[in-house]
Amino acid sequence: MTDEVLSTEALMLLGDEAVALGALHAGITAAYAYPGTPATEILEALQRNGGARANWCANEKTAYEAALGMSMAGKRALVSMKHVGLNVAADPFINSAVVAPVGGLVLAVADDPGMHSSQNEQDSRFYADFARVPCLEPANAQEAYDMTREAFEVSERFRVPVVLRLVTRLAHQRSGVEAQHRKDENALNTRRDRADWVLLPSFARRRWQKRLQQQKDIRGWAEMSPHNELTLNENFRDMGVITTGIAQSYFLDVTRELGLTPSHLHIGAYPIPATLIRDLADHVPEILVIEEGYPYVERMLRGILPPLTTIRGRQSGDLPEAGELNQELVWSAFGLQPPRGTAATISIPERPPRLCDGCPHIDAYNALNDALRSYEAPVVTSDIGCYTLGALPPYNVGDSCVCMGASIGMGKGAADAGAGPVVAVIGDSTFLHSGVTPLMDAAAANTDMTVLILDNDVVAMTGTQPTVLPPNRIPEIVRGIGVDPEHCHVFESHPRRVGELTQLLRREIAHRGLSVVIVHRECIEALKKDKKARRES
Amino acid sequence: MKFDIIIAGVGGQGVLSIGAIISASAMRAGLRAMQSEVHGMSQRGGAVLAHLRLADREIFSPTIAHGQADLILGLEPLETLRYLEYLSPSGTLITASEPLKNIPDYPDIDDVLWGILRHPRGHVLDATRIARDAGSVKAANVVMVGAATDFLPIEDVTIRSAIADAFASKGERVVEVNLRAYDAGRSALRHREVVDEFETFAVT
Repeated sequence: MTDEVLSTEALMLLGDEAVALGALHAGITAAYAYPGTPATEILEALQRNGGARANWCANEKTAYEAALGMSMAGKRALVSMKHVGLNVAADPFINSAVVAPVGGLVLAVADDPGMHSSQNEQDSRFYADFARVPCLEPANAQEAYDMTREAFEVSERFRVPVVLRLVTRLAHQRSGVEAQHRKDENALNTRRDRADWVLLPSFARRRWQKRLQQQKDIRGWAEMSPHNELTLNENFRDMGVITTGIAQSYFLDVTRELGLTPSHLHIGAYPIPATLIRDLADHVPEILVIEEGYPYVERMLRGILPPLTTIRGRQSGDLPEAGELNQELVWSAFGLQPPRGTAATISIPERPPRLCDGCPHIDAYNALNDALRSYEAPVVTSDIGCYTLGALPPYNVGDSCVCMGASIGMGKGAADAGAGPVVAVIGDSTFLHSGVTPLMDAAAANTDMTVLILDNDVVAMTGTQPTVLPPNRIPEIVRGIGVDPEHCHVFESHPRRVGELTQLLRREIAHRGLSVVIVHRECIEALKKDKKARRES
Repeated sequence: MKFDIIIAGVGGQGVLSIGAIISASAMRAGLRAMQSEVHGMSQRGGAVLAHLRLADREIFSPTIAHGQADLILGLEPLETLRYLEYLSPSGTLITASEPLKNIPDYPDIDDVLWGILRHPRGHVLDATRIARDAGSVKAANVVMVGAATDFLPIEDVTIRSAIADAFASKGERVVEVNLRAYDAGRSALRHREVVDEFETFAVT
C-alpha cells in the first residue's frame, strides 16, 4: 500500500483494504474499530500502512465516540465495525446525526448476509435511514476505494456522518483497484460551537430541525449522484430491474450471459433516488429488485396498498428473503433454469470449524464438564468468540450465545429465576467489550453464579488482534467491581492441571454467591504467530 | 476468455495463498482477476473455499455459478469433492491425495479418491510427498499450483516469477524450495507418475 506501487499498476486489494486505502488517501488522521468479521481487515490494513493512527478499541461504541470526537476537533476519522457492532455503537451513531460533524466522519459497516461468521444478517441500510444520514454502497473493490474518499467529502459538505455499507462478498473480494493521490490531513478546529454539540433538549430540537430541513438537499445529492444510474431501453418494455451495491455484479454477469438488456436502475447512493425510480416505473409495468440483504428498496416501493407497478424481489419470494445472492438465484428470478453442475455421488459430511489442536479452551471445557457432571440441570450461558465452538461435540458446552457480553447478563437472569447452578463462560476480549457492566449487576446483587473468563491474551477468532488491555488487568477490574477476592481466582491453565481446575470450579460452583474464575493461557494460534515472527526477525 | 477456478481446502492449508499466487500471475499476464475469500470463523479447521475468476474482460460476480468452473483445485480430497457441482462439463479436477480427517464421519478414503478419479479429467497427486521431496511439506499448496499450471491461461515463467516474489521476504532458501515444489508438481501431473498408482488401485 505504498504510493510507489500505486503509480505503476492496479493493486489487488480486498474490499476492506480498498476502504482503508480510500480513507488514508482522503486524509484521515485516525481510524477506530473493534475486530469483527467481515470488517476486521480495514483497520488491519491501516495498521500495516502506518500512515494514520489506527486504534483497536474496547468496543464499537467507544470506537465510534473517539471518531466523533476527532470530527469535532476538525480532523477526518474512519470508524469500522461489523453489522452487529453497530447495535453496540447505535447510541453514539444515532446521536451523531443530530450534532454537526466538522471533520469528515465515515462509518464503514460490514453486513454478513448468509451469516458466514455472525449471529444474524441485519441490513445496515436501515440504520442509515433511521439516523437520516447518507449511505454509500459499493459494488466492487474499486468503488469501495472511490466511495470511501467521496464519503468524507459528503460528510463535510452536509456536516453529517456518512455510512459506507459493505457486505461479506465485497469486504472479502480481492480485485484490481486504481488509487488516486493522497490528500493532506485537515487542520485542527479550535472553534467551539456548543449549540451544535451539546444535545440539551433545547439545542437538540434546533439541531434536529436543521437535519430534517437538510433532507431535501441530501435527497437531491443522491438523485444526482453518478452512483445512481438509470439506463432505459426503449426496445425492452416488459420489465425493468433495480440493483443495489454488489447485487449489480450478479445481474451484470447473468444478463451478459443471456444477452438481455432490460431497463436498469443501479443504486449506490442513499437515500433512495425516488425520481429515478419513478422514471423507471413510467417505462415498465414490472420491476425486479435485486438487493443484497433485507428487501429494503423493495419494501419502500411496495408499501401497503396495491402498487400500480408489479414489484418482484426478496419479499415477493422471487428471490429468497434470507441468505446471500448469487448468479443462480438471479437466473431463477428471470424465470430461467440456472446452469447446473453434477454433485458428487457419495455424501459429503460437513466440516464445521472447531477448536484448534492445543487450544487452551479445550482444557477449560473438559474441567467444566467434569465439575458439572454431578448436577441435574446446570445452566451454562456462553458468549461470542472461538469458545462458542465449544457448543459443538465433543464438548457440548453452552446453552446460549446471543450477543457480546450476554453470557453474564443472561446468567444473572437465569440465576434470579432459580435455575442452576449457573456458569457464564466469556472470553477476555468479550469481557472487556461488554462483560464488565453485567458483572457489576451481578456483583451488586451477589448473584449465585460462577463466571468463567477464558483469558487467552488476544481476540482470537478474528485473527489474534491484541486485547485493549493487557491480561493482568482483568483480575483488578473484577476485584475493583466488588467481587469478593476470596471468590476471584486466576488459574494458569495447563493440560496437566485439568484435575486441579476441576476441583476449583467444583468449589466455586458450590459457593452460594458470585465467583469469578479467570483461566489463563495464551491462544495457540497467537503463540504460533509469535514464534514465526521471532524466527523471521 | 474467462477461466474460473474453485480452490478448496481446510482452514490453515494455504487456500488463500494459492489464490494470491495465481491471481498475481494473472495480472502480470495482463488478465483481470477477482477472488472471493473466506475469512473468520471457517478458518478454524473448517472447510475453506475461494472463488478465483480470471478473464480478459470485465469480471462482475465475486462467486462462480454451479456448472461454470473450469478448474477445481483441491488441497484435500474430500473438500475437492464437496464443490464438484461447480465444475463445468469440460472442467478439470485436481486434488492433493492426503485426507485431513478432523471430523468423525470422514468417508472411506478410497471412495473419495475414486469419486475424483472416475471423472474424465480428474487428477490426484500426493502433494505432501512431492513437497517433502522438494524440501518442505509446507510447500504442498505450491505443488498444487504447479499441477494446475498446464491448465491455466498463464505462462509458466509468469507463475514462477510470482512465486519467487511471494516468498522473497522469507529468504532465498524458501524461494528455492517453493520453486522446486512448483516444478515437481507440474512434472508430476504431466507424467502422471503418481496418478497411475491411484488409477491402478482404483480399478481393482
